[in-house]
Amino acid sequence: MPDRPEPVLDVRDLKTVFKTRTGEVHAVNSISFDLRPGELLGVVGESGSGKSVTMMSLIGLLPSPPAQIRGGTVTFEGRNLLTVPEADLRKIRGRRIGFVFQDPMTSLNPVFTVGDQIIEPIRKHMRLDRKAARARALELMQLVGIPDAARRLTDYPHQFSGGMRQRVMIAIALACDPDILIADEPTTALDVTIQAQILDLVHDLREKLGMAIVWITHDLGVIAGIADRVMVMYGGQVVEQAPVKELFARPRHPYTRALLKTIPSVRGARAPKLTVIEGQPPILGAAPEACSFRDRCPYRFAACDAANPPRFEVGPRHDAACFWNFDRDAPRDAAPAGEALNA
Amino acid sequence: MLTFTLRRVLISIPTLLVIAFAIFMLLELAPGDPTAQLPLTIPPEVREQIRQSLGLGEPLPVRFGKWLIQFFWVEPLHIINGIFGTDFAEGAQRVLSWQTRSPVMDIVWQRMPQTLWVVGMSYIVGVAIALPIGIYSAYKQYSVFDQAGTFVSMIGYSVPPFFSGVLVIVIFSVKLGWFPSIYDTTHVVNDWDSFVVQLRQMIMPVMVLALQTTAQISRFMRASMLDNLGQDYVRTARAKGMSERSVVLRHTLRNSMIPVVTVIALGVPGIFGGAIITEQVFKVNGIGQLLITAIQANDLPMVQTLTFIFAILIVLFNLIADVLYGVLDPRIRYD
Ligand SMILES: Nc1ncnc2c1ncn2[C@@H]1O[C@H](COP(=O)(O)OP(=O)(O)OP(=O)(O)O)[C@@H](O)[C@H]1O
Ligand SMILES: [Mg+2]
Repeated sequence: MPDRPEPVLDVRDLKTVFKTRTGEVHAVNSISFDLRPGELLGVVGESGSGKSVTMMSLIGLLPSPPAQIRGGTVTFEGRNLLTVPEADLRKIRGRRIGFVFQDPMTSLNPVFTVGDQIIEPIRKHMRLDRKAARARALELMQLVGIPDAARRLTDYPHQFSGGMRQRVMIAIALACDPDILIADEPTTALDVTIQAQILDLVHDLREKLGMAIVWITHDLGVIAGIADRVMVMYGGQVVEQAPVKELFARPRHPYTRALLKTIPSVRGARAPKLTVIEGQPPILGAAPEACSFRDRCPYRFAACDAANPPRFEVGPRHDAACFWNFDRDAPRDAAPAGEALNA
Repeated sequence: MLTFTLRRVLISIPTLLVIAFAIFMLLELAPGDPTAQLPLTIPPEVREQIRQSLGLGEPLPVRFGKWLIQFFWVEPLHIINGIFGTDFAEGAQRVLSWQTRSPVMDIVWQRMPQTLWVVGMSYIVGVAIALPIGIYSAYKQYSVFDQAGTFVSMIGYSVPPFFSGVLVIVIFSVKLGWFPSIYDTTHVVNDWDSFVVQLRQMIMPVMVLALQTTAQISRFMRASMLDNLGQDYVRTARAKGMSERSVVLRHTLRNSMIPVVTVIALGVPGIFGGAIITEQVFKVNGIGQLLITAIQANDLPMVQTLTFIFAILIVLFNLIADVLYGVLDPRIRYD
């Protein structure tokens, strides 16, 4: 892969807010990232960190109200997806950008056959006739490894297991040869062996089809196995972003460091208990004016209360949103002075 | 599915027998005497003879048995005769009305068209209005349209037909004089003008009954749509790039219709019950009015038969609802 090809997707300063009865929820606070052709970007972060909301904002899948996109740009093929007309967006959804959702048990329509549901986008976007679309659906079902595909085409979702349904979801997402596949915790609802099968499958497909993939997960172990690059999210922001080896070798944000410590190690015989990250995730009532991780951070100092840290370049293609410089074990030069330290 | 349907039909036979027995016993135990309305000058011996001639002298099980045979065997044969011109069971005793001494079923067949025109039409109109309202209210939840729909439904729910019926008569026939206040049953439709007359006399009763139906069904439709619009599969459909039309009218509606169809089917017998009142208000001489007059005249065979027809309708539409449920929802399998 050439070092820095043009990104297929470029997200700048995306802000998404939910208007609820009890006030606003700032679920996505100025998120920027890009995705390069053929790359697998892993996205990690605890529950509620805004992973799903970010991805759904990109292609207008959030119901509005309550969701409202407050700003930013999402550039795909030179156009801003946040401002293109709905009709054009529909030609991108499902055709150029495929989506696989968290819960395979509820994501398929129970009253249509699996075949119909795969055929639908093929007919709509590729304008194939019924027969050709059916052939394509069959091909896709074989591609995602559904045994006896020809017969199962006319089965309903409830006749499939969770793992098989997720394969169907992947087949739907891949139906029109998308440039980007966004997989939102596609394996969380599945047991470990099925999870491994799906991971293998995606690995294979990526090699075969060469699309860029965004893979959302809670599981850093999964990320280590498949991702090229990792983006760590916290409180609706990107706190660290780096190539996968770099991130595991030199984490530069306290949250990432804490996350890495929570992975149980198989080899390290002396790891008697799992570590937890103390404290609560932040409440997203307003756009952050200070570091949102500071309440749980062992490195907290005055600067953390004074401003929300921007993303600092900390290595090759590696940035972290923290005022603490782990290389020198001292505050960054750019850190605001803030109140006097009482450490 | 076929075996399920057959099994359900077979199960409904004992159900109907039990209902038949219950109706028979209830009416038996009810006070009242078929000769009570005859002039007081008739001497007691003659009254007794009249009772005997009505078949009241025989013991109860015999009368019940006779009624069953007449109703389940002789009357269906007569229906077949009517359709195919055959002459089964020619000489057999039929269920006779005590008032008119003519076969009950013949009178029912005479009255049926009026009820079907008014009741059936109002149900169709009501459902046809309710479904789009429900769908659109759910799709635009909390919009002005939805709020207005909620308000009208509340009225439809809470105002009984005997009130709304009188109200529309006062407004549209008495004050405005647009429509006749009495339904003319003898009116024959044979050209455009008479059709218009028929339409005008149907509008008010249909409106009154349809208001109720619309209120109930549109609420159901709305709730069911709302339930489904929030489902994950709807998001999947959008993520596939489907048009809003397809998302709402294909993906969501198919799922939302499952409970609504059941409610619609189960509501059919109920609307016949509701017709009893509306027919009184608008003087439609349909089944409902027939029942009322039969009760007042102590015409037991007529009351028994009509009540039992209602019971059959309820059992039948329960069956239809179950079958439709299985047809619409692939997850339901009855084997
Ligand atoms: N419809 C909504 N109304 C209000 N707040 C919402 C809504 N949907 C999401 N949120 C809020 O947005 C924030 C981010 O949610 P999101 O679903 O993106 O988290 P996530 O990182 O995907 O978590 P998980 O790992 O559990 O899937 C959460 O705080 C959540 O409460
Ligand atoms: Mg999520």
